[in-house]
Amino acid sequence: MKFTLGWLKSHLETDATLDEIVLKLTELGLEVEDVRDPGAELAPFTIAHVIEAKQHPDADRLRVCTVDTGSGTVQVVCGAPNARTGMKGVFAASGLTIPGTGLLLKPSKIRGVESNGMLVSEREMGMSDEHDGIIELADDAPVGQPFAAYAGLDDPVIDVAITPNRQDALGVHGIARDLAAAGLGRLKPVEATPIPGRYQSPVSVRHELAPGQADVSPLFVGRHVRGVKNGPSPKWLQDRLRAIGLRPISALVDITNFVTFDLGRPLHVFDADRLSGGIHVRLGRAGERFLALNGEEYAVDGTMCVIADDSGALGLGGIIGGESTGCTEGTVNVFIESALFDPIRTAMTGRKLGIESDARYRFERGVDPAFARPGMEVATRLVMELCGGEPSELVISGAEPDWQRRVTLRPERLAALTGIAMSESEMVAILGKLGFTVAADGGALLVDVPSWRQDVSIEADLIEDLARVRGYDAIPAAPLPRLSVVARPALSLAQRRVRIARRALAARGLMEAVTWSFLPRAQAALFGGGGDDLLLANPISSDLDCMRPSLLPNLLTAAGRNADRGFADTALFEIAADYQGDRPEDQRRVAAGMRRGREGERHWAEAARAVDAFDAQADALAVLEAAGAPVGNLRIVADAPDWYHPGRSGRIMLGPKTCLGQFGEIHPGVLEALDVKGPAVGFEVFLDQIPVPKAKGKTRRPPLRVSDFQPVERDFAFLVDRDVASGDLVRAAAGADKALIEDVRVFDLYQGDRMPDGKKSLAIAVRLAPKDRTLTDAEIDAVGQKIVDAVAKATGATLRG
Amino acid sequence: MADLQQLEVELIADIDGAENLEALEAVRVAALGKKGRLSQMMRGLGSLSPEERKAVAPGLNRIKDEVNEALLRRRAALGRAALDARLASERVDVTLPVRPERSGRIHPVSQVMDEIAEIFADMGFNIAEGPDIEDDFHNFTALNIPPEHPARQMHDTFYFNEKADGERMVLRTHTSPVQIRTMQSEKPPHRIVAPGRTYRSDSDQTHTPMFHQIEGLVIDRGIHMGHLKGTLQEFARAFFELDDVEMRFRPSHFPFTEPSAEVDIRCRFEGDSIAIGEGDDWLEILGCGMVHPRVLEHVGLDPEEYQGFAWGMGIDRIAMLKYGIPDLRAFFDSDLRWLRHYGFLPLDMPTLGGGLSR
Repeated sequence: MKFTLGWLKSHLETDATLDEIVLKLTELGLEVEDVRDPGAELAPFTIAHVIEAKQHPDADRLRVCTVDTGSGTVQVVCGAPNARTGMKGVFAASGLTIPGTGLLLKPSKIRGVESNGMLVSEREMGMSDEHDGIIELADDAPVGQPFAAYAGLDDPVIDVAITPNRQDALGVHGIARDLAAAGLGRLKPVEATPIPGRYQSPVSVRHELAPGQADVSPLFVGRHVRGVKNGPSPKWLQDRLRAIGLRPISALVDITNFVTFDLGRPLHVFDADRLSGGIHVRLGRAGERFLALNGEEYAVDGTMCVIADDSGALGLGGIIGGESTGCTEGTVNVFIESALFDPIRTAMTGRKLGIESDARYRFERGVDPAFARPGMEVATRLVMELCGGEPSELVISGAEPDWQRRVTLRPERLAALTGIAMSESEMVAILGKLGFTVAADGGALLVDVPSWRQDVSIEADLIEDLARVRGYDAIPAAPLPRLSVVARPALSLAQRRVRIARRALAARGLMEAVTWSFLPRAQAALFGGGGDDLLLANPISSDLDCMRPSLLPNLLTAAGRNADRGFADTALFEIAADYQGDRPEDQRRVAAGMRRGREGERHWAEAARAVDAFDAQADALAVLEAAGAPVGNLRIVADAPDWYHPGRSGRIMLGPKTCLGQFGEIHPGVLEALDVKGPAVGFEVFLDQIPVPKAKGKTRRPPLRVSDFQPVERDFAFLVDRDVASGDLVRAAAGADKALIEDVRVFDLYQGDRMPDGKKSLAIAVRLAPKDRTLTDAEIDAVGQKIVDAVAKATGATLRG
Repeated sequence: MADLQQLEVELIADIDGAENLEALEAVRVAALGKKGRLSQMMRGLGSLSPEERKAVAPGLNRIKDEVNEALLRRRAALGRAALDARLASERVDVTLPVRPERSGRIHPVSQVMDEIAEIFADMGFNIAEGPDIEDDFHNFTALNIPPEHPARQMHDTFYFNEKADGERMVLRTHTSPVQIRTMQSEKPPHRIVAPGRTYRSDSDQTHTPMFHQIEGLVIDRGIHMGHLKGTLQEFARAFFELDDVEMRFRPSHFPFTEPSAEVDIRCRFEGDSIAIGEGDDWLEILGCGMVHPRVLEHVGLDPEEYQGFAWGMGIDRIAMLKYGIPDLRAFFDSDLRWLRHYGFLPLDMPTLGGGLSR
């Protein structure tokens, strides 16, 4: 919402400076986004007299002008066709920057003739697109004076952001009312006394709405004015419209725009002679089309409120008028519309057709329901003043809707809700200045809401008004009462796990990424997703149209992007949600990561090795350990989902059913579909699946029990079928004597040529930890035999000689 | 006796002259071995008369001690020299690079979330969470945004397809639905912050379709806007790690708060960078207000008994402010160079006691 300081002062009697007004507007919640003072910007551009303009000796189109600038005489070479002896124009001296072009003026020679400064066009001054010639001023324009002040361009333009509830501030008058309430002056009343009609309007108005549809357009006030003379509007009106970025068109149209911004009252004017029969307010009909004032043709439908005549739809109520009945220079009889339209329908229609207009902007926020008629009187007065003519009686269809509302305010609630101390009399005064009518009722105030404040419906609304008019600076900052002397932990177990897992992965050399929660549907399908329930109806692009079923694809494509930038070795992780469905419980908390390329850089001491599935497994296990999973009880099984390499991947199981994670080389086909060069490995850990540890006991750790007797380590090498899982062999060995065997580790694997077909050699180190005495050789041998037997029984392995 | 003296001189000279451990061993054997000169003389003592023995034995024993001592001395000296020689030969080029160790980084969004959690934990808040895919009730209706409210369009909501029963899920447009979920599932008083992902159908220089917000909610008896002001001022001071960050509360409008405010912090724009807490400019950082009575009613709380405040703040935005990160879009691009430059070391755990940042 833009307006000028001068415009504001036509509604507000005030001595306040521009700065004071700007500050107060923001304090009132009418946030000032920009203040532009064209007077200051254009101050150096002065009125000048062209003493003589003669032909340039070497250029047909140029003239050499001798210019009196008021402070001296300069020579200016000018290319404008209208530059001539005796005219007055606007002079820009050397050293100035031309606002419309950004060009810095320097003394120069043009075709051999010296030129100092410039005579400028409207476009060069940033005033309009006019560039056919230089600005011509009246003969009595004072030479040497600033052009902006002379031309009335020195009125500062203020741009405020109006929140959607403050429909009343979409007119300058409403803004002035707020400022007056805050003590910045006195609000001037709007002159809207009824103008007597001199004849009956030849144009009739009829609502053609089904019962119960009155809210489509509750009220239509019309008036015919005959014998007007439409032409350019006066300079003051054109200046105001231009200042806020509107293009003056003709007096009748300019009046409607002016009243829209002046009073927040949108209007429409019809050329009455172009109407066929009366005006009907109704819903659109399928197949109806009309050509709008913006030059576009629109098809209407049965949800839209149209303004029609006997020939059909002319325009959309509250949004835009039609070309066929618009006012022109030749308009003699005008029919003015001041009506009410349903905010929701207006908004929906505008959205559906993609029409933005100043009328729509106001109607969809709800215009003052009691101001349709006064608005008509204001409009009529302006038409008669600027275009002459004779007004008809009012034509009224429908009725003012019931808008009256009373809200009870308990004065003590202001302090209770905001901490602001304010006397009851001050409350009454502020509310009164805002237009509320206040009556005391025991300890409470009965507050009648004015028609232009439809946003106020409860006590808290009034409290906000009191607080903002007083200023939020009056709210006293208070510390929140402390709940405990030493703060208690704020994180849940699940949140703690995320935090520790994140730092554990970063410590392992992975970079944390934050990638989109969505991805292309085709990519989702590669990872078990892409279902209809997770498809966005209005994605920002087809690349981001589906919720991700796994964190891996976005990490992998991120690695691909990095590879394209020349960074082939990538290790990325993300801890966030993936989506298995659209219910809250379908959102899983996952730690996922990927590695691609080599593990480490090339180094003089050791060769860099390519990452493999075991790196991903190690990452996954590290996350699980950091997050507190019982890592000693986990089992790896080789049946990871399809997006992993079928032979180089696994799942991490706790018990037979709970899958805590999965890892492996990413399936080459999947990488190809993602357009990422492989190989790459990845893992996913399902943090929510980690069991909750038992409640903490009296102490956090069980006592340490160490044996006084030396442990013994024995190695065994087995010959075993190649497809036997080492994990099974290790488990069998460990189970051979649970009391004595502390640890079993695989330390060698050989499956080369020297093995029999289909066999491999697997060597394990077994650590025996006696609890109560030193083991004898015989006892050690006995355990060794148990291990060999158990392994043979479980896997068919034989001890290698 | 002269022989003995001569022997001593010779043996000591042999020992001191031994060039290496092998030579020294040979000298030892020649003196003290089975057939060594000293050993033979010692054995020869047996054949002497007691008087003669008395005269010779002490001298021999003394020489034997001297020789042993000299051997030890020489052995140590040779050992030292050998070690010096070995170490000299083992020299490496210590200017060579060490073995590569990859160190990862924490994303600024995570780090800043941890920082925020640290501050609000100290003020007695718990961290709450809610789903990204929300229903209409929690994202809009319960927050006093009725179906036709223009705010639903202003929010640029991402919708899912309509289900058979007409329900239409949305990607949450703000973290405010967590307020509703918290108030529905737990009894007051409430003190929570809810960080998380939020989504709006918007993409340009300064907007991304996904971003991060943190919601705050305090509901209790007797909580007023002054507490809101105090809480946010303390937060800003602690977060930006400055003695004071001047704030400006401006009236604004949100459907779910009344009265509502937007909060600016004092700053100065300096070219591409920004200085917080000084200068003549104001920068908006959050929206807030007293929870609207209708929101309280929606979750079954009596607005006459309970009241409180809520705020919502962009995490990415304050991360950009604090750490001078210029471009929001880069947050979600996973460019390794960006992550390394703007990311945080894993052991940089923000704490109030130790400081939030280095």
